[in-house]
Amino acid sequence: MSAKTKNRVNDFTIKLANVNGTGSASANSLLMKTIFRMGVPVTGKNFFPSNIQGLPTWYEIRVSKDGYLARSGDVDVMVAMNAETYEEDLGEVSKGGTLIYDSTWPRDKTLSRRSVTVLGIPLAKMCNEHFDNVRARILMKNMAYVGALAALLDLDLDVIHTLVKEIFAAKESLIGANLKAIELGFEYAGENFQCPLPTRVKALDKTSGHIMIDGNTAAGLGCVYSGATVGAWYPITPSTSLMDAFKAFCERFRKDPETGERNYCVVQAEDELAAIGIVLGATWNGARAFTPTSGPGLSLMSEFLGFAYYAELPAVVFDVQRVGPSTGMPTRTQQGDILAAAYASHGDTRHVVLFPSNPQECFELSLAAFDLADRLQTPVLILSDLDIGMNDWMCEELKWDPKYKPDRGKVFDAETLKGGAEKFSRYLDRDGDGVAYRSYPGVNGDGAYFVRGSGHNQYGGYTEDAAEYQQVIDRLMLKWGTAKKLVPDPYIRRTRKASQYAIVSVGSCDNAVQEAIDRLSSKGIYLNYLRVKAFPFGKKVTNFLRKHERVFVVEQNRDAQLKSLLCLETDYSKQRMQSILHYSGLPIDSSCIVAAIEQAVSQGEAA
Amino acid sequence: MTYIVKPKIVHSGLQRNALGLTIRDYEGSMSTLCAGCGHDSITAAIVQAFFELHVPPHRVAKMSGIGCSSKTPAYFLSSAHGFNAVHGRMPSIATGASAANRSLYLLGISGDGDSLSIGLGQFSHAVRRNLNMLYIIENNGVYGLTKGQFSASADVGSKAKRGEMNKQQPIDPVQMAMAQGGTFVARSFSGDKDQLVPLLKAGIKHDGFGLIDIVSPCVTFNDHEDSTKSYAYTRQFYHPAVHADFVPPAEEIKASYNRGDVMPVELHDGSRILLRKVSKDYSVHNRGAAIDYIRAHQRKGEIVTGLLYIDQGEPDMHGINRTASLPLNELPFDTLCPGTESLVSLQDLYR
Repeated sequence: MSAKTKNRVNDFTIKLANVNGTGSASANSLLMKTIFRMGVPVTGKNFFPSNIQGLPTWYEIRVSKDGYLARSGDVDVMVAMNAETYEEDLGEVSKGGTLIYDSTWPRDKTLSRRSVTVLGIPLAKMCNEHFDNVRARILMKNMAYVGALAALLDLDLDVIHTLVKEIFAAKESLIGANLKAIELGFEYAGENFQCPLPTRVKALDKTSGHIMIDGNTAAGLGCVYSGATVGAWYPITPSTSLMDAFKAFCERFRKDPETGERNYCVVQAEDELAAIGIVLGATWNGARAFTPTSGPGLSLMSEFLGFAYYAELPAVVFDVQRVGPSTGMPTRTQQGDILAAAYASHGDTRHVVLFPSNPQECFELSLAAFDLADRLQTPVLILSDLDIGMNDWMCEELKWDPKYKPDRGKVFDAETLKGGAEKFSRYLDRDGDGVAYRSYPGVNGDGAYFVRGSGHNQYGGYTEDAAEYQQVIDRLMLKWGTAKKLVPDPYIRRTRKASQYAIVSVGSCDNAVQEAIDRLSSKGIYLNYLRVKAFPFGKKVTNFLRKHERVFVVEQNRDAQLKSLLCLETDYSKQRMQSILHYSGLPIDSSCIVAAIEQAVSQGEAA
Repeated sequence: MTYIVKPKIVHSGLQRNALGLTIRDYEGSMSTLCAGCGHDSITAAIVQAFFELHVPPHRVAKMSGIGCSSKTPAYFLSSAHGFNAVHGRMPSIATGASAANRSLYLLGISGDGDSLSIGLGQFSHAVRRNLNMLYIIENNGVYGLTKGQFSASADVGSKAKRGEMNKQQPIDPVQMAMAQGGTFVARSFSGDKDQLVPLLKAGIKHDGFGLIDIVSPCVTFNDHEDSTKSYAYTRQFYHPAVHADFVPPAEEIKASYNRGDVMPVELHDGSRILLRKVSKDYSVHNRGAAIDYIRAHQRKGEIVTGLLYIDQGEPDMHGINRTASLPLNELPFDTLCPGTESLVSLQDLYR
């Protein structure tokens, strides 16, 4: 047994190489949930093609007793179900790892590696013998490898059985077949291999109080809980499942069981230009409204976002980022829209942006976004990404504060307008915080005004007057200052030893950064860490930067967009920031961060 | 949109409607459009229609895009909220407004550039959605604010002011709306207030998407001899297919009509449109025949006007969605938020 294979209990990565459209997703998710229910921290990442059927797709499950949820960068167990990618998959297995393949069609001897244990299981043959129809024969192969892995990895069969019954609760007739397939794989592995492998799972109690959920589902739920009633969208990967989730939750919670009437309205728009327009039409009328999209959609929405900034209409926009530029790689992840979101649209325009780092924050920041949008009367963009949005993450249970009341901001209601005590002027700064009062259509004629993207004065009237124009645009900067005080604070993790080094990062880099900090501290390199959760950057961000000699900015794009934004919007010296960039389209792992910082620190010490 | 504040002078003798309001209460600021612009006549007809329907002005949401026509919402219903959207995107604003507050009267004002070029997609989808609104296209075949370029509705052979001839096919919003499932489709002329006011009233009351395409000559850039959207051309080739009268629900039908000659169409609130056919073979309920009729006259250079098609049976956006009858923007937070217990039990699905 090599050093590599020692102590791999609850600390390894399984990769499943499948063909898309063959039903592997539910088997892989079953596998992951089993480990989760055994109390062992786990995460699953799906690498899928922009295609419906027939192309290679991979699923990576990292098991980590220490709770590290980023990619490990290693593959300890490979389930190679796709003959087309077999060679590539074999090459990816770490030394001392194991590869499982369907030996119904034996592999050429040249397709093996001395450092990898190859286990053949005749999955197709077994399934063909036990199942009659073609569909079941294909689907059950997946369940059969789950059974084999259960034996090899020492998974709890009772947990698997319970999960199968839950998954197929609505289609009970399928339970028997699935359990049978699992048994076939389990027995074959038990009879033919030495089970379990050194790489295996041992039950722990480290997942209680946690759930496995994807960010889009959590964000959709956040929209329901925030009281959003209008959703508009144009389907785009990887944001589509956010609206699917919102609709599903609304069908559950917002539909009158007797009349079938719905307390929500979702409009599938003709394009993203219309989707954001629908949102603005709704918020103009006092509803909470949102649109989920991705990079190309954000580009199309830019004109209306500038309009909303200037006319001061709330909007909540979820940008579930994918790989750009242009169409890019729609099913791969990146953080490439940071600058596009912060300054979307022509003219002097800037937007509040929130950056969730996991599904739990997708839920929490959805609520914050609606409150901020109403309070500041401006669009709020939530920059999630494909990794957070579409993968199942282990995160803390979502909590609800029953005392929560939505902050609808400053509104002149029927009472105020009817009394006539206050004359309504749409863009007048009464409170000195740069935020004026608004009124809703249909309430009272005294609150009537024109929402317009053309020049306007503080009373809401059209203007081409230089001073009047400038007064409004300057007040918007005052409002930006108010936004700085209201946006969520950054996440800060301080090292126990004083350090001049820090990492600043954003969003889904978090897990890789956390792991990298631990790995570096075991090597004697101590770093403080700040993760920005919002733009504009508040005082806590600027103070943190100021206290460090050297800041490593970790982000997932080529152009160092977060670093650019820090250069533009803080006084911190550009020379003291060093970028660590990862932009292949696969989620970042800790190794690239560790390597870059180790090198930089050793060079710094040498100098 | 530029405007000049109009002093509000109410003569004691002015007629008052059921709300006790005079026509002055339905007016807006002074127009800054060119003298003689067809759009100003349409503004006057809109004022008249809302006054006669005694709609409380603040219950109307008036929306527009960009262009000369889109400036006009400033010139009527000063106590209604207005929304001057970006170019060609008013239909999406209207969709969101309707989604949030289905109890408002939604009025969209657009032009041929705003609806048939930059906004063609949004226009089509508002029709398809059967959005409950009245959508007016003030159609002059020309871009006024940018000084006289052809628009997508310019007829083949029509000449610009400087002599250049249009050779591209025109887009006809009326035929488009009919083909895309529009449920209330009409055409009129800015200079025919007698026809326009009843059409506007019927369109306001129609449940679903109402389109009125109004030929509205541009006196500055498209009112010359070789224009097909000039006052002279329109008057000469104007061809009413049906003459419409609007009767509110409370009012007794006084206009006498002979069966087969005048046809009453009942709207959902009990009001009626009385349609007097000018042409015997015209049917307002036959989509295909209506399109054929319009095209046959188009070949002769004639503009068919009146209520050209109506279908009261199709559900609007909310009917299709089965949205709550109470406007969504009035629903209290407690009914929208599922609360703590639901969140706890829901999360069993994610373990």
